[in-house]
Amino acid sequence: MTQLALVIDLNVCVGCSACVTSCKEWNTSGEGGGGMVDMNPYGKDPTGTFFNRVQTFEVGEYPKTETVHFPKSCLHCEDPPCVPVCPTGASYKRKEDGIVLVDYDKCIGCKYCSWACPYGARELDAKQKVMKKCTLCVDRIYDTSLPEERRKPACVLACPTSARLFGDVHDPDSAVSVAIAERGGYQLQPEWGTRPANHYLPRRKNHANVDKEALHRIDNPLKKEEQRPAVSSELPSLDDFLF
Amino acid sequence: MNPAFSVIFLTTLIGAGQGLFLALYTSEVYNSFGIVGGTSPSHMYATGILVVMLLMGLGLFASFFHLGRPERAWRAATMWRTSWLAREVIVLPAFTGAALVWGTLHYFGFDPVLVTNSAGTEFKLSLVVGFVAALLAFLLYLCTGMIYAAVKFIQEWATPLTVINYTLLGLSSGFMLAATLGGWYNSSITNTYVLWALVFTLLGFASRMIALRRNARIKRKTTICTALGVRHQKIRQISQGAMGGSFNTREFFHHQSPQFVHAVKVFFLIMTFIVPVTLVVIGWNNTLFSLLAAAAVVQYVGLLAERWFFFAQANHPQNLYYQAT
Repeated sequence: MTQLALVIDLNVCVGCSACVTSCKEWNTSGEGGGGMVDMNPYGKDPTGTFFNRVQTFEVGEYPKTETVHFPKSCLHCEDPPCVPVCPTGASYKRKEDGIVLVDYDKCIGCKYCSWACPYGARELDAKQKVMKKCTLCVDRIYDTSLPEERRKPACVLACPTSARLFGDVHDPDSAVSVAIAERGGYQLQPEWGTRPANHYLPRRKNHANVDKEALHRIDNPLKKEEQRPAVSSELPSLDDFLF
Repeated sequence: MNPAFSVIFLTTLIGAGQGLFLALYTSEVYNSFGIVGGTSPSHMYATGILVVMLLMGLGLFASFFHLGRPERAWRAATMWRTSWLAREVIVLPAFTGAALVWGTLHYFGFDPVLVTNSAGTEFKLSLVVGFVAALLAFLLYLCTGMIYAAVKFIQEWATPLTVINYTLLGLSSGFMLAATLGGWYNSSITNTYVLWALVFTLLGFASRMIALRRNARIKRKTTICTALGVRHQKIRQISQGAMGGSFNTREFFHHQSPQFVHAVKVFFLIMTFIVPVTLVVIGWNNTLFSLLAAAAVVQYVGLLAERWFFFAQANHPQNLYYQAT
């Protein structure tokens, strides 16, 4: 069984929000779904619908702090709590690829699914009055008119640091599964048993081990034990003999 | 959560409607089995059912304001296998219809005896119809409560106390209304209504206090550490992905000061329980009908505050992602 998902590498995300704007652009200019509303975009209190947002957290206390840029969209849970609560069946999980979708023609906008999502991934569109969420660009990833390498969600293609990977997390050989396995990919709020399909790759600490020998050159390692006189500018150097 | 007035009115109005019907049916059962002497006037039942219809109708009307697309509301009955909301959407009209049939039988006096047992007790048609409606009324309390109790990660709601409170507070307000109605008709059944109104109000007070105590000591399962997957004692949000607010900052926060929320709690505890009980006891002892009516009105105002607090107190885990709000 296929379960498409995003794997987000927090180690390389720089918080540029290119994924946010490309998502908005793709999903607003497409024909289906009616777009994502923007209200008062250039005014005092701009607001609107987004499928994806990048938030920033500061971890630790100055001076030992770390900035974590944290992109979050619908996690396409394998056991999505938002689906069974929907009274109309507008909210559903596709069997063939595991994408959680909303049927905008059936949704009555009761907001119950947004209450039932612990991640806050669902937003009521202020114009269409229906619930909206990330579709994993379902209108794009199967579009055979696009070249194969472009059949990915808009956010994945836009990411300048390749912090977003896209693929089937049920296929053990896929790039996303390998990344999860090798780099300790984890799920958000695992305590609720929702089993989110999207995973996050943790920050990595890189330490360079620099020892003394690497900084001070030892000319001939074979004569390491030899007592050598201290280097002095008065002694003849190699240059004196050669030139 | 941000309390929505549509849902506050829906839950309080239909709760009182169900309670009032159950009160009327209780008196019918008492009459049928001769527990209290003197049959209640059947036009009292008809008037009572009219009030029930009014409450259910107003509640249903209020609920439409909660929907983004009310014209599609009929679709909400389809997923009754999984959704408590869909179950409520089915049970609400079913109960209202059954209660209407029961009231109509009484209004027209059409009440044939179906069975007479050896002791001479007559089982009339309205008794059976009323029983079905009473079951539906309790089922509706269960559905309404479970809509909230079934959201397991809103820990303030995910407890059987939610269903118990919805039931007891609905019964309490319904019997208060019934006491007023009985007083209006100067019926001998008023004593029964008043007694049960006091019992349910006091029970409701006890269970609400237990719920408040429980909610004050909740140990959060989700913390910012599990929400982000970053293990550290100090995590501070710098930006939340939107400058002018979003659905997430509007829907899940009440935007009131802690002092205001606390004041609402004190207000509802006084108005829902203490004042009505006092008024009813005084009104009952001195046969002052106006005090019974005042108790019902005061308690309804208290229940509005109680429901507001119920929503405002609920802390959704998604709020961890919006700490700067």
